[in-house]
Amino acid sequence: MKDGLLGQIATTFASVSLVAVGGANAVMPEIHRQVVDQLHWMDGATFANLFAVAQAAPGPNVLFVSLIGWHMAGFAGLAVATLAIMLPSGLVAFAAGRLVARLDGHPLMQAAKSGLVPIAVGLILASGLVMSRAADHDVLTIAITLGTAAFVFFRENSPLWALAGGALLGIGTYLLGLFS
Amino acid sequence: MTNEETPSPPPAAASVGRAQLFLGFLKIGLMGFGGVAAVARHVIVIDRAWLSEKDYASLLGIGQVLPGPNVVNVSIMIGDRFRGPLGSICALAGLMSMPLVILIALAALYQQFSAVPEVQAGIAGTAAAAAGLVVGTALKMARKLKPTRMALLFGFIAFTAVGIIHLPMLPTVLVAAPISILAVLWERKRQ
Repeated sequence: MKDGLLGQIATTFASVSLVAVGGANAVMPEIHRQVVDQLHWMDGATFANLFAVAQAAPGPNVLFVSLIGWHMAGFAGLAVATLAIMLPSGLVAFAAGRLVARLDGHPLMQAAKSGLVPIAVGLILASGLVMSRAADHDVLTIAITLGTAAFVFFRENSPLWALAGGALLGIGTYLLGLFS
Repeated sequence: MTNEETPSPPPAAASVGRAQLFLGFLKIGLMGFGGVAAVARHVIVIDRAWLSEKDYASLLGIGQVLPGPNVVNVSIMIGDRFRGPLGSICALAGLMSMPLVILIALAALYQQFSAVPEVQAGIAGTAAAAAGLVVGTALKMARKLKPTRMALLFGFIAFTAVGIIHLPMLPTVLVAAPISILAVLWERKRQ
């Protein structure tokens, strides 16, 4: 029974892996469709809870998938889910990296890299906006977002300071009874 | 795209060892709250100076076009560039190991602590800061890359399509990336 479940975890996330262009957040709806609607591994509320936990932890957002594996089958599930979501796309990235390195210097590859740069930066800005829409719901959180953005824009200090500052401001204002 | 007069300083490729790859990406994983793209740039470009701003941006662009998490793809490509397949494994292991441990701990504690208001307030503040981190990083990269008008246009298009109009990422990239690359070719031909 458990082997069957592990196999199912492996095939489910390996198939998601190869279509996961844009990373974990982009395929979140697809994972939801499979895990909640089709396989009935958990209900929507559990799914949202696991997602919140994954967001609270540091690291790539893809860890959300590891957490689903852990929820389903403990450590074995975690290992299988993590490998399944990362291995197929990782092998593609490895091959692509080699190809890019080999073709480096070719005018077409130079143009391809130059053409991808603005898209990459535009997409980072877009995900920043999407994140701030989810996180900013009052004056304090909006101010924290703007303040961190300015800090990162003007300084080369470690971004960890800005994160710690945000956490402390959140706790501090709560304890002082502001913005409740 | 950057102006071509400032070639990216060749990173001291030989001097990036497996342990350094592991530790560098360990730091990225540990600091990457709310996603790792912003912190990854700080560590790779500023802190460790493994890649130039442009090399990092183009590698990230490739990572975004490929399936899989962007920074995971970047870690695999950077690891291989410096130390071959083992380098990829070191970079990836560094990136994932601590977050996985923390995640398990968090999941175990979540039920108890999610209701504590101080914890909620701290998480809310961190989430807001993480969003600002990503916004600031994108703006800073845009400034440092000294984009041409064409590049600014395509950056704006990608941002608007995904960030404002909420078009799905895959079709957006599949349409915008080739046009952007063609525009670069066209621009170079004119010069």
